[in-house]
Amino acid sequence: MAMVIENVTKMVGNACHINDISLQLEPGTFNILLGRTLSGKTTLMRLMAGLDKPTKGRILMNGQDLTGMSVRKRDVAMVYQQFINYPSMTVYKNIASPLRLARASEPDIDRRVREVAEMLHIEKLLDRLPAELSGGQQQRTAIARALVKDAELLLLDEPLVNLDYKLREELRTEMREIFKRRQSIVVYATTEPTEALALGGNTAVLFEGRLEQFGQTVDVYQHPQSTRIAQAFSDPAMNIVAGSVDADSLQLGDARQVPLQSHLSGLNPGNYLFGMRANHLQLERKIATDIGFNTRINLAEISGSETFVHVTHNEDHWTVQKQGIHNYKMEEQVQVYVDPARLYVFDLDGHLVASPEVIPTHLT
Amino acid sequence: MNKWQDNKAWFMVIPVFLVVAVSAIIPLMTVVNYSLQDIFGPDQRVFVGLEWYKDALTDSRLHDALSRQLLFSSLVLLIEIPLGILIAMMMPKKGWSASLSLVLVALPLLIPWNVIGTIWIIFMRPDIGLLGAAINGMGIPFDHTAAPVSAWVTVMMMEVWHWTPLVVLLAYAGLQAIPEAYFQAARIDGASAWATFRYIQLPKMRGVLTIAILLRFMDSFLIYAEPFVLTGGGPGNSTTFLSIYLVKQAVGQFDLGPAAAFSIIYFLIVLLFCWLFYQALLKVGTGDKS
Repeated sequence: MAMVIENVTKMVGNACHINDISLQLEPGTFNILLGRTLSGKTTLMRLMAGLDKPTKGRILMNGQDLTGMSVRKRDVAMVYQQFINYPSMTVYKNIASPLRLARASEPDIDRRVREVAEMLHIEKLLDRLPAELSGGQQQRTAIARALVKDAELLLLDEPLVNLDYKLREELRTEMREIFKRRQSIVVYATTEPTEALALGGNTAVLFEGRLEQFGQTVDVYQHPQSTRIAQAFSDPAMNIVAGSVDADSLQLGDARQVPLQSHLSGLNPGNYLFGMRANHLQLERKIATDIGFNTRINLAEISGSETFVHVTHNEDHWTVQKQGIHNYKMEEQVQVYVDPARLYVFDLDGHLVASPEVIPTHLT
Repeated sequence: MNKWQDNKAWFMVIPVFLVVAVSAIIPLMTVVNYSLQDIFGPDQRVFVGLEWYKDALTDSRLHDALSRQLLFSSLVLLIEIPLGILIAMMMPKKGWSASLSLVLVALPLLIPWNVIGTIWIIFMRPDIGLLGAAINGMGIPFDHTAAPVSAWVTVMMMEVWHWTPLVVLLAYAGLQAIPEAYFQAARIDGASAWATFRYIQLPKMRGVLTIAILLRFMDSFLIYAEPFVLTGGGPGNSTTFLSIYLVKQAVGQFDLGPAAAFSIIYFLIVLLFCWLFYQALLKVGTGDKS
């Protein structure tokens, strides 16, 4: 049995925070809500939890209408962006608190608290107060508190944003393992495409309160149904260039014409928008069929072990993601190349027409 | 030149040093000096050692004033802190009504102490005072100039009316600083309103409440204006708190030596209690480990 969201709309004053969303989530699945800040992720979670009532539509759990039911009566657990624990209780008491409120027996509470604490590697910290823990440990406690309840619905609202990079990776890997073995419906909100990809499961892409696409995470990534989804589910955002196709060749921007090949060969003649992922743009030609563009460098930023080169082609701003650390001069003229086999094709309204064939080794 | 040899730093410290010296250290030392002498006139002084301290410590009127003071301050804390928290929790959280209630609550803090005294004297008068006459009208004898209990009730009401708003403001600020997610988490857990207060709001307000308790304790321990305006410490000695007694001695009888010794003892008592409170409050709410 599943959670069904039926045509749910949430208005706050005149602003529409959630616009007619329908979604079905199955037990034992891991579901990601992906979208920028203010795209409606948190609002949707609050509606799922029962903290807010939808303006229109229904929310069903196992066939039962939950729409008007108060959060206290629902079987929900939630983890927040901030590390939320009861400040005056020890880790043990914090984890035990939902069980105590549900009036579980003491031996049962003890067993479950220790089990969950071990799963999250905080079994040695049970006597500490939240203020005596590091951020990562505090969030582990909060996650443990949510897990211990074994709720039907587990909501995680950007739980890793406030942690540093290393801790985030670590906890993310662990969470994937922990949630695999659960029968709950897990919903995880994030703004980061990389996080969605690392977590797997299903992804729902939200944009301005609308559900843009829902499906297996990898599938959504490989076949984004619109330019908007492609840009949301891509970090840096997908680069877009206008182009045209005639009987047997392809013309992108100012680049010279190239013959149609692979997934592009079936395209009808006409004008299209072409999407190029930042990591598919190259600053040198790799194969003879690569398309080259004349661009000017605006900025090169180094992030970790990668360099992001921001370039301008005519009026379009693109980002080239390059492994390693490189220095570039601003205003320098460079050639940017793309393999036509990697182009995403959208019609002029932004709907997906063709996506590249999947090449597993380059899937990042 | 390393930092140990650079004496220019002293010039930077001098202004602060001078201000502290003139405003605190020199007056304090003068008082210490007075407290060790018997002063008959500007040029007639006799060194008496710790005589005045011995006197003060064995002075039964001072003991009475001290017990009165402790009772008064305890009552003030017992009333103002819970009342302040309660009002803060009932106040609206946002919008124009929040601003309005803040202004209304803060009003008593903006009124000068002598005006407050006058307002309450008139308010409590048994013949024409709104409340005083009403109480008498109900058949309960009430006269703050004659009955010690009436005088106490009046001083207490003045104090609570005047200073609870400060506790409200502090508690309100503390409450506003709690992220909304805590309340959501409590609702999801199914926590009752009491549990939410006990395990989220109260521990999260600990910092501001520590300040509130310290401030209210110190202030009420030094109370002077209210009983002075009301009855000057009477009827009898019933509202003669430590400050009133001190001023009676120093100004009324011009016994500078004993008054100075008394001041030092007074100062040390306040310091001691504040330290005790502070130590106790540091542990409250963190000791829930059992």
